[in-house]
Amino acid sequence: MFKNFFPNKILSLGDNFFLILVILLVSVILVGLIYALFISPPDYVQGDSVRIMYVHVPASLLTLACFGFIGTASICTLIFKIKILPLMAKSLAPVGFLFGIISIVTGSLWGKPTWGIWWVWDARLTSMTILLLFYLAYMAVWKYVDNFEKANKISSVIGILGTLNLPVIKYSVDWWSTLHQTSSITLTSAPRIHYTMLIPLIIMLIGMIIYVLIIFLMKYKSEIIKFKLDRKKKEN
Amino acid sequence: MLSKKARSRIVVLTFLLVAAIVVIFVVLKSLEENIVYFFSPTEIYNKENISFNKKIRVGGLVKEGSITKNQTSVKFIVTDLNNEIIVSYSGSLPNLFSEGKGVVAEGKLKDKKYFIADRILAKHDENYMPPEVSKALEKAKN
Repeated sequence: MFKNFFPNKILSLGDNFFLILVILLVSVILVGLIYALFISPPDYVQGDSVRIMYVHVPASLLTLACFGFIGTASICTLIFKIKILPLMAKSLAPVGFLFGIISIVTGSLWGKPTWGIWWVWDARLTSMTILLLFYLAYMAVWKYVDNFEKANKISSVIGILGTLNLPVIKYSVDWWSTLHQTSSITLTSAPRIHYTMLIPLIIMLIGMIIYVLIIFLMKYKSEIIKFKLDRKKKEN
Repeated sequence: MLSKKARSRIVVLTFLLVAAIVVIFVVLKSLEENIVYFFSPTEIYNKENISFNKKIRVGGLVKEGSITKNQTSVKFIVTDLNNEIIVSYSGSLPNLFSEGKGVVAEGKLKDKKYFIADRILAKHDENYMPPEVSKALEKAKN
C-alpha cells in the first residue's frame, strides 16, 4: 500500500482521478449535510444548536489525526532518513491547520448558545490552541528555512513535540475539570450519542477525510515536482 | 536489518522523548491548580487556606428544586452529590441553565458554603439524543 505514495505513482495521478475524488467529496458532504441539517433530530437539551457538532467534531478529529501523522512521519524521518516522508508530512500540515481553525470557529459558535460564552481558557480549548501554534511553527519552518536538510530537522522536532500534546488534548477533559464536555465516543464503552445523530456524524467524517485526501495529494504532487526541480538545479 | 546509525538514532530519540514526557508531566502536575477550570463543592470544602478575595469558579450540578428567583437575582444550590454550595447571582442566565444540569459559576466565596457569582455558564454533558428518546428514558425510570 505504501508503494502507492511513491513519487512516480503520485505524479501519474491525472485530472480524472482528482475529478472522481471531487465528485465523491461533493456527494458525500451533500448527503451528510442533508442528514445533519434536516433528517437528524434536535437534541433534547441543546435543540438545533447540536447540529454544529456535525462539523465541529470531524474537523477537530482530523486536526489531531493530521498532526499525529506529521509526528509519526517526523520520528521516522529522523531515524530512517526517508526522503518522501517529510514531503508527505509537509503536505498534510496546511489542511490539518485549516481544520483546526474550523474546529475553533465552530466551537465558539457552539459555545455561545450552549455555555453562554464564546471562549474560555479551559484545558481542552487551551491545548487545542497550542496545537494550532505547533502547526504554524511547523509550516513556518518549511517556508522560511531555505536549506532542505535543516528545515527537515527543525520541523521534525516541532512535529514530535507537538505530537506529545495530542494525548493532552484528548484526555484534557478527563484529567482536569473543563467547561468542555467529555468525549461521547470512546473505545471502551458504547457511544453516548443516539444513532440518529451518530450516522450524520460518521458521513460528515468520511466526507472530510476525502477532502483531506484531495488537498493532501494535490499538495504532495506539487511538493514532489518542486523537490525534483530543485535537485536538477543543483546538479546543473 | 537496521543500520548501526539508525539504531543509535532510535536510542537517542527514545531518551529525548522519555525526558520530554517526564518534563511535560511534571509541569502539568505542578500547574494543576491553574489548569482546572473549576472546583467542585467538595474540593472547596476540603481546601485549606482558601482565598475569599480572589475570583474562582465553582462547578457541579444545579440541585433539583433549589432554584429560587426574585425580580433581580437568582439563588440556587450547586452540588457534586457529596457537598453543596449556595450560589447567588444577578444577571442573565444561559439558555441551558436548568435544574439537574451542569453549571459553572464564576465569582467569589463569601464563606465555604456561600458563593456570590458574577457570571454563570452552562456545562452540558456528553449525552446526545432526540427529545422523544429522552422522554422515553424518563418514563422508564419512573
